[in-house]
Amino acid sequence: MADHNHKLEIFRGRLKFKSNVQKIWGVLIFLSIVTVIEVALGISKPKILLNYFLGIKLINWLFIIMTLIKAYYITWDFMHVRDEKAFLKNTIVVPLLILIPFLLFILLIEGSYIFDVMLDGLKTWKI
Amino acid sequence: MQASTLTTKQNSWGGGTKPLDAAYGKLMMWFFIVSDALTFSGFLVSYGFSRFKNIDSWPIADEVFTHFPFLHGIDAPMYYVALMTFVLIFSSVTMVLAVDAGHNNNKNRVAFYMLLTIIGGAIFVGSQAWEWKNFIKGEYGAVEIQNGEILQFYNLEEGKRIPIDEFAISSTQDRVTHDDNVGIWYESESKLPEITLDEVMTGFNNDIDLTVRLEALDASGHKIILSREEAEIKLASATRVVKGANLIRNEYGNPLFADFFFFITGFHGFHVFSGVIINIIIFINVLLGTYEKRGHYDMVEKVGLYWHFVDLVWVFVFTFFYLV
Repeated sequence: MADHNHKLEIFRGRLKFKSNVQKIWGVLIFLSIVTVIEVALGISKPKILLNYFLGIKLINWLFIIMTLIKAYYITWDFMHVRDEKAFLKNTIVVPLLILIPFLLFILLIEGSYIFDVMLDGLKTWKI
Repeated sequence: MQASTLTTKQNSWGGGTKPLDAAYGKLMMWFFIVSDALTFSGFLVSYGFSRFKNIDSWPIADEVFTHFPFLHGIDAPMYYVALMTFVLIFSSVTMVLAVDAGHNNNKNRVAFYMLLTIIGGAIFVGSQAWEWKNFIKGEYGAVEIQNGEILQFYNLEEGKRIPIDEFAISSTQDRVTHDDNVGIWYESESKLPEITLDEVMTGFNNDIDLTVRLEALDASGHKIILSREEAEIKLASATRVVKGANLIRNEYGNPLFADFFFFITGFHGFHVFSGVIINIIIFINVLLGTYEKRGHYDMVEKVGLYWHFVDLVWVFVFTFFYLV
């Protein structure tokens, strides 16, 4: 780190902090709020959110989205990716963005396929 | 004008440019983190695979992780892991503050924040050990039947689960654990359960209100509770009492659930543990003034990256093991 210039804006520039230390505390508050919402939803489990959307419950979609939001702010602000050059950002993020969804897609589809086979596939043929 | 762009182009191939503008060590730490992130996503996705494969009978996390320190017998799902999450996020924050103090070459503040980070990490590892202890010890106990299914006991009268030691009728038994110091020297068996299958079955037959809960889930995601008659048929093929969890069977249901729990949280706990050790080494170096002499605190930034990564992984483990 030759120069210690930090980008002090989060939420696409809607929130700007005066110093890096202040930004760290701000991000902590934000992450805490998200975690509290997650835990509150996990304990109360509202009925409306138990409906399915694309094979997964709405509440689980919310959990996954909130997790990704938290992951974004941990890497971008705690790990200083926000301050890195675009080249380094992409070196880190692009392989993960390609490989993880690929793995997810294959294994989850395969898992539910095996579930179907175990449920229906082992019946005797009666023509 | 054209000549000048030409010379800059030549310079960019002449060495000395920094396309990534990051120190060698930091770059390598990032590459390690990317590969480790892929390892962890491999584990979590294979957990997802097993879960989708057993989607109609997977254990419900809220019923498994219900303990909170000093609250005995109170059903407190999630609160404890939420607390652990906060501990880890907070130790992440103290780590960034240490890195920030390092940029300002403020030795005392770096040391102070590093110390807080180490304490936070130690609390987290301790909490995880406690979580494991509860998971291994188990709470209610269950019975395994011949086809490998786990049956949990349920009191129809009170409408809640009942631990096996509450209704089992104890009897004296002659059977003792077969150790390798008696009989043939290479033959031994694992410790006998404190409550035998016979005792559980006698207790079950004596109390007409008892029935069993299956591993299978109904349409609304609750475990299916059998009627007394169906339960008696199921229990006729009971083979053993299961209390707590190990890698082979557990009282919560599918063995894979415990296997993935041990493996993924264990692997993550190992990362936290090694992170604490590395943090301690860096902390000592800060105190000795190694980085002050060097003129920069890049090492603190590198271990900081590792530490945040550990936090990041926990965010995902928390979601996929406890919430989803």
